[in-house]
Amino acid sequence: MTALDVAFAAVGLITAASGLLAVTTRHVVHAALWLVVCLGAVAGCYLVLGAEFVALVQLLVYVGAIVVLVLFALMLTRAPIGPNSEISTSRLHRVLAGVLGAGVTALLAAALVPIAGPAVERHDTSTTQVAEQLFGTWVWPFEILSLLLLVALIAAMAVSRMTRPEQAADEVQAAQVQAAQTPSESA
Amino acid sequence: MSDTVEVTLRAVGVLAAFLVLPLLVGQTEHKVMAHMQGRLGPMYAGGFHGWAQLVADGVKFVQKEDITPAAADKRVFRFAPAVALVPYLVALAAIPLSPDVVAADLPASAVFVLAVTAVGILGTLMAGWASANKYSLLGAMRAAAQLLSYELPMVLAVASVCLAAGSLSLSGIAAAWSPWWLIFQLPGAIVFLVAAVAELQRPPFDMPVADSEIVFGAYTEYTGLRFAFFLLSEYAGIVVMSLLFAVLYLGGWHGLLSDQLGWLWTLLKGFCIAVVVIWLRVAWPRLREDQLQRLAWLVLVPLALAQLALTGVWVVTTA
Repeated sequence: MTALDVAFAAVGLITAASGLLAVTTRHVVHAALWLVVCLGAVAGCYLVLGAEFVALVQLLVYVGAIVVLVLFALMLTRAPIGPNSEISTSRLHRVLAGVLGAGVTALLAAALVPIAGPAVERHDTSTTQVAEQLFGTWVWPFEILSLLLLVALIAAMAVSRMTRPEQAADEVQAAQVQAAQTPSESA
Repeated sequence: MSDTVEVTLRAVGVLAAFLVLPLLVGQTEHKVMAHMQGRLGPMYAGGFHGWAQLVADGVKFVQKEDITPAAADKRVFRFAPAVALVPYLVALAAIPLSPDVVAADLPASAVFVLAVTAVGILGTLMAGWASANKYSLLGAMRAAAQLLSYELPMVLAVASVCLAAGSLSLSGIAAAWSPWWLIFQLPGAIVFLVAAVAELQRPPFDMPVADSEIVFGAYTEYTGLRFAFFLLSEYAGIVVMSLLFAVLYLGGWHGLLSDQLGWLWTLLKGFCIAVVVIWLRVAWPRLREDQLQRLAWLVLVPLALAQLALTGVWVVTTA
């Protein structure tokens, strides 16, 4: 039992506990904040396992951007302070979610436990190694993934801008009226 | 045993810098703004030109009652100032003043500083939501929208420097720096400076705390020491961003007698950038929300991408 083992157990425990709190709390914003702790602790796991760069990117992208986006979206809704019983799920959904979670756990355990051998030496993964793998061996999956994200982005924009023809005509008219009323100020 | 002593000494050194440098920037702001606006500024506290004004302010903040609004989400409300302040303390530890004067020399310190400072925004969001106040909520939403937009050009600008230096470590970047960078990294440097001022929510990018519209944004309900922590995090942010700019774009410790006085050069260059940040506050009126977003997405992001492409071409052709 080395110091690294203890550290890994600690961040793993924090990850699991905060993840559990994130899905069980009745406070919507608290759930998002527990998600921050959970994703930060996952970055800690990467760090303990020697993947420094992956940990930092996890922190930068997930905690710094994605959760901020989640909180921003929550603020646009009526996320009240205090418990919110409306967001509760039905008993059937809970059972289904439990079964699904147990199934995924069983699948992962079945795949991972047989290949787990004796303890291996921890070795740091340098950023160069990550880059070589990402842009060498795995370059096509990586590029296809980014293409997928781009398609999703453009589709989301198209969906949000899509209007029915008569609605579009109304909007154009409204914009013209507004433009006539207020002098242009975007010089 | 000596390891423990060394770690303690380094931590104490970072804490001392964290407590002294923001006050120095704050005092400079008082005086620079006063001179630029043709007025005196605080003149009485401490005798000579009011040097003790910020200390007096600190004492005042400590004496004030610490109020938590009845309708607030109390734990989140109380915890928010720490979330805003601590990331800058952690970031400061990774910034090298010279090859030897650095608290924690990490292999990917440039990414580390960006990742850690990105966490600080959560403090503002928590404060804004937990205050149970419309102005606070509006301020937090503005802050979130602004910081998400300006994070991207900033990361791209830093990526360009890392690419040019062939290193993710701030020490490595400053070591690889040459005076030519002043010209060919100039667009990236401008993008970084603008994005940094926007990340700090300083004028002209102070829409999230616009006092004439939404009182004081996310910090409206705060008093006493917790409010002081938010103010301190703003000035600590100026220190971190200025030193980062000095190390990334101005060569850090490169200068006369850089072997002995390298750390002084970095501090001096960082201080000049801090003065520029203060100057921007005096020189420009506040940008409107749509102008803010337009600047980020239509000017800074394309500029940063062009800089990245230019650096890429330069690195490939000279390698």
